[in-house]
Amino acid sequence: MKQSYTIRPATGWFDLHLADLWRYRDLILLFVRRDFVALYKQTVLGPLWYVIQPLLTTLVFTIIFGRVARIPTDGLPPTLFYLAGLTPWNYFAGCLTKTSGTFISNANIFGKVYFPRLAVPLSVVISGLIGFAIQLALFLCFMAFYALKGTVISVSPLLILFLPLLVLQTAALGLGFGIIVSSLTTRYRDLAFLVSFGVQLWMYATPIVYPASRIPPAWLWLSYLNPMTPVVELFRYAFLGSGTVNPWQVAFSLAMTLLILFSGIVLFSRVEKSFMDTV
Amino acid sequence: MPDIAINAEHIAKEYRLGTISHRRISKDLQSWWARFRGRDDPNSPLDSPLQRFNGSTESDRFWALQDVSFQAREGEVMGIIGRNGAGKSTLLKILSRVTSPTRGEITVTGRIASLLEVGTGFHPELTGRENVFLNGAILGMSKEEVRRKFDEIVAFAEVEKFIDTPVKRYSSGMYVRLAFGVAAHLEPEILIVDEVLAVGDAQFQKKCIGKMEDVGREGRTVLFVSHNMPAIQKMCSRALLLEGGRISLDGEVQGVVNAYLATGEGDSLSWERSESPGGEAFLQRIFVAAPDGSPRNIVETGGTLRLSVTFVIVAPSPNLQLNVELLDETGNKIFCSAPQDAGVGLPQRPGSYCAVITLPAELLMPISYCIRTVIWKRFVGILDKSEAIRFLPHETESLANNTPGGRTGLIALSCHWQIESLS
Repeated sequence: MKQSYTIRPATGWFDLHLADLWRYRDLILLFVRRDFVALYKQTVLGPLWYVIQPLLTTLVFTIIFGRVARIPTDGLPPTLFYLAGLTPWNYFAGCLTKTSGTFISNANIFGKVYFPRLAVPLSVVISGLIGFAIQLALFLCFMAFYALKGTVISVSPLLILFLPLLVLQTAALGLGFGIIVSSLTTRYRDLAFLVSFGVQLWMYATPIVYPASRIPPAWLWLSYLNPMTPVVELFRYAFLGSGTVNPWQVAFSLAMTLLILFSGIVLFSRVEKSFMDTV
Repeated sequence: MPDIAINAEHIAKEYRLGTISHRRISKDLQSWWARFRGRDDPNSPLDSPLQRFNGSTESDRFWALQDVSFQAREGEVMGIIGRNGAGKSTLLKILSRVTSPTRGEITVTGRIASLLEVGTGFHPELTGRENVFLNGAILGMSKEEVRRKFDEIVAFAEVEKFIDTPVKRYSSGMYVRLAFGVAAHLEPEILIVDEVLAVGDAQFQKKCIGKMEDVGREGRTVLFVSHNMPAIQKMCSRALLLEGGRISLDGEVQGVVNAYLATGEGDSLSWERSESPGGEAFLQRIFVAAPDGSPRNIVETGGTLRLSVTFVIVAPSPNLQLNVELLDETGNKIFCSAPQDAGVGLPQRPGSYCAVITLPAELLMPISYCIRTVIWKRFVGILDKSEAIRFLPHETESLANNTPGGRTGLIALSCHWQIESLS
């Protein structure tokens, strides 16, 4: 059976070709493999980098926010507290920054051959899971270390069952924001510089170095607007038994995630049709 | 009667010249703020009052294709010819879905694969095997399909021994062979080929032409874009001639090729780009130069031919290559020259440069020639090319006419002769 299709002018916002994406699933997996192999072969430190980065960050946080600023950590050992925040955050930040360069860094290949462009950011989000798994393992090692030392850690096994959903939401958020930015960078090149800086600032707007329980009531509305807040707090609650979330906040953050992902896909699909003429 | 594989109806593609956007948020905000206060936009071009009056001016728009309609039957091998800028590449980009048309509609029956540039998505760190699978998937093959074709691809590319070596260790010949091998074994219903034959050695080019003929014979449709008229004549039954974005002739190959060659009579001794195309490196200006470096408007068979090539390097790389090629009027390459011949490498710093190439004296015959300059990058392919230098040298004192009855051949070379008496 020969497939037949029509090439039309780029009009319409909802011409998404999501079925195409499924036909190209092998390509997505091969991109993931390529990212992994390239990472593994090119740098001396390679995957080790995934361990060093959160370790150093945690060390800096422990010294600055724990020792110097003395920001409370809900009664948890500061190292564990920061690592529990950084593990989901690093995955989110990685997804966002890496997918935000999709169009610019792939202009060469996009200019030569057609495949659903979404395959590229999707594969980036999937290959980011490797780094997430390594950091999760590191976090679990620290948990075991503290447990052996006698610290009481109240794990919520029921909530850990929801971990895959939490990861999925983080990925969707990172992907959604990333492809929105990458669509806008085809028009505004200077946005690319803003991304790494913005993500840095965003981290401080998320309860990573402080617990959500310490947010002043006057500022609570702001933390509701940040869809990453309940993700980080839920993650911490699941593994360490401390965190402040309410169902409304979770529901709101889920709705926002879906909205961002959907608008990202619509914008991305719109830009992919015409971007070769403007790049 | 065979089915229609491609049915293009009234395709048009418009590009906007100049700045599409300011490309900076700060500038856009500045313009917006100025408009908000009722002031003139500080970023608008100087002729803006007129422009505002007329709406958009015609001059900032450019139709790369206009009202292009054609049909390709299943199994037809069709050539597409035309000067650079005639719209060939735009047409192929639309067909391969890299960009979309501004107007019109194309119905395609079957899978299209394009060989716009081979080796797309090859990653130097991956092995030959991994790259075959990745490249196959990019071109639209499933893993299963690649697996079925794998041995054939490797045998075609003659890289059996190195298939598990990262392709960064491949010679450029091996690299191109492997890349073409993947593309050639795609088995699409419609194959689009553009200038791939510019790379690879003669023997490999022969193999590629053979492969494309096979594809045509198997009843699949091929669209072949080339400046190589003998290849077009040999492979295609029908051809389209594009001129200024329109189809000026559509018919039997011989007639179209003749018409194309007839339009190529006028000399053009310089070529210049009005707008930078961007990219890692590109060509800016090429002209036939006098000994003092100024442009010349005449080429003679005697004397030397000096060529001035201005190019811009944005991202320096040891893999960048600059070639100057001399072609005959039908597009056969006579020879190709690179700075390495004179022990000169390309600069390794960003900037714009001017190369002066001096061809040997008394080389040219009084026949039409074409000079093409290409910037390409190993592992990537052609970055930029020019095709505007065409001329018919004026006959002056040269090797070509210093013998009674003249000479034949494509070029004239002065060889060493020795004649001794044996008696």
